[in-house]
Amino acid sequence: MEEANLFHVKDCALVSISTGIKAYILAELLEHLKEVEVGCLYYHFWARQLRPSFDHPEFHNDFAAWAHRDLHDWVLAERLNLIAPHEFQNLEELREELINVLEERIDESGDLPWRKAEKPFYFVKSQIVVLDTGRRLSHPKELKDVVPGFSQGSIFYHFIDARRRTPDRIDDFRAWLMAFAPRYDDLAARLAAIDPYFLTLTEIRQQLSAVFEDYFEEEGA
Amino acid sequence: MNHDLLGRYEAVVGSDVIDQLKQLAHHLKEARVLHVNSTRYGGGVAEILKSMVPLMEALGLSVRWEVISGPEEFFKVTKSMHNALQGFPVEFTEQNIKLYEENNRREFEKLEKVLSEADFVFIHDPQPAFLIKFMPERKNHWIWRCHIDLSRPFRPVWRYLRNIVSDYDASIFSMPDFTQPLPHPQYIIPPSIDPLTEKNMELPEEEVMGVFDRFGLDPKKPLVLQVSRFDRFKDPIGVVRAALMAMKFMPLQLVYAGGGAADDPEGEVIYHEVLAAAKDHPDIHILYLPPEAHRTVNALQRAADVVLQKSTREGFGLTVTEAMWKKKPVIGGDTGGIRIQVVNHHTGFLVHTPEGAALRIRYLLFYHDKRLEMGLKAHRFVKENFLITRHLRDYLSLMLAFISGNGERIEVEATG
Repeated sequence: MEEANLFHVKDCALVSISTGIKAYILAELLEHLKEVEVGCLYYHFWARQLRPSFDHPEFHNDFAAWAHRDLHDWVLAERLNLIAPHEFQNLEELREELINVLEERIDESGDLPWRKAEKPFYFVKSQIVVLDTGRRLSHPKELKDVVPGFSQGSIFYHFIDARRRTPDRIDDFRAWLMAFAPRYDDLAARLAAIDPYFLTLTEIRQQLSAVFEDYFEEEGA
Repeated sequence: MNHDLLGRYEAVVGSDVIDQLKQLAHHLKEARVLHVNSTRYGGGVAEILKSMVPLMEALGLSVRWEVISGPEEFFKVTKSMHNALQGFPVEFTEQNIKLYEENNRREFEKLEKVLSEADFVFIHDPQPAFLIKFMPERKNHWIWRCHIDLSRPFRPVWRYLRNIVSDYDASIFSMPDFTQPLPHPQYIIPPSIDPLTEKNMELPEEEVMGVFDRFGLDPKKPLVLQVSRFDRFKDPIGVVRAALMAMKFMPLQLVYAGGGAADDPEGEVIYHEVLAAAKDHPDIHILYLPPEAHRTVNALQRAADVVLQKSTREGFGLTVTEAMWKKKPVIGGDTGGIRIQVVNHHTGFLVHTPEGAALRIRYLLFYHDKRLEMGLKAHRFVKENFLITRHLRDYLSLMLAFISGNGERIEVEATG
């Protein structure tokens, strides 16, 4: 099989960098949001699963979590929580959507833009260090044995970060299986059913491992 | 590569974590790393370095750890700077500055060769920060690692220090909340504990229970514990008051186990203040432990039913991490890094007053099952986020990012 058709197992690690920008009130958050580097959006939407945080993913981005916990505006928190970053072509489009949601909420509520949050929102950006592990898979069947040993960084890279990189906004496993279509369409459908926004990286690994194991055991039976 | 040491960590954190460290380290095996701080014993920084340095070496990196020394007056000045950076107004005179800079100059003369040979120089906290001023023509990467909560510093001292640390190529803070505007990248890396050290390793049951006899404690009474230096920001008086208030409702005993560090001359004064506050109460035990009493601290933390960390200011609060690793819920002050570790009703409770702490002591001692459940959750949280292996991963990633450019995404090729 040609190198390009092999599954390249990668790993990644996150480096968090403070921008020094913070917002105490919603009006400030909106203004900063218009100006901060798009890397901040990546950090607050995508990279949150790779950094120390207690949160079970009840909130899918840091803006929603801040609106809920520190600003105590449940309406805004719910609306922000619904934003799925992979639905946007790029981070600038995502920024536009965020701004729309904030402006809409500010228009609805008189004093909300000036209400002081319990704790400020800190804008942080990230660098992702992507490592090629050198490991190559030539057949989907190998996924059953290797995925249970994936690091959290590998899971993040192939299952979450991939949605930002692949043309169809899907994970790397499904993207790879398409090359074998239609043989693994059923497996791809099972993978699509795993929603990364409700799971920790450890849970995602467990569910992926279970899907691969079940599928290839059934196939072999 | 030291496979024995790596194997011991692997048994705790899993092979996936160790494999990732090996991957990262492989790309840095030519790098020479130097850490400089001001004490080899006592305090969180020394403990982290004691674990971090061998682990980096086990992964094949070339690492040195140097400790600056100085007279007692120097450490009085740096302790005063430390307090000021955490927001406590101090008198910071020209004479203090002269003493601080002069001591750094003397230390630079001793360390010049290693400072210039290293590829990455990590300078920990303010004590050795001035070393950089003696190497204006440096070609290596200098990174200032700040372990202090700098969110509301006493400005005159911060203005002085800012002029020094601005020369660094980058700085590292434990949380975004601790950062201050600086003209270089400020990385966010929370600290960690080492599960293999005497302070955190599993202990035989008889050794744990042995602390009751050893310190004259009653094995039938619930044990509430705070382990911290005798430092006013740890609020030891507030801890004693909280215990006294809770004792009105249920039997319990408090152990405040503290100590000093070589770079902290203030400890003994505070120790006597706490003794006075305890007024010889039979259920309040104030222990002054030597810095090497790690195993004793471990046993006390394992013997405790509830652990307090009622700080009013805190860098990160590694004693919180240690207690959580031992499956104890923690009642912590709502400050600094305690906030990202203690999550109300999940891993413990955040409090603001001795009254709040007293109430939560009573709650946790009353609800036995809840206490155990929260302790388990606390352990899992530490395992995933605050062990030395994660800390090292962040350092290695930072170094790789440094040598690979400043892009948002850095791709490192396979090494065959």
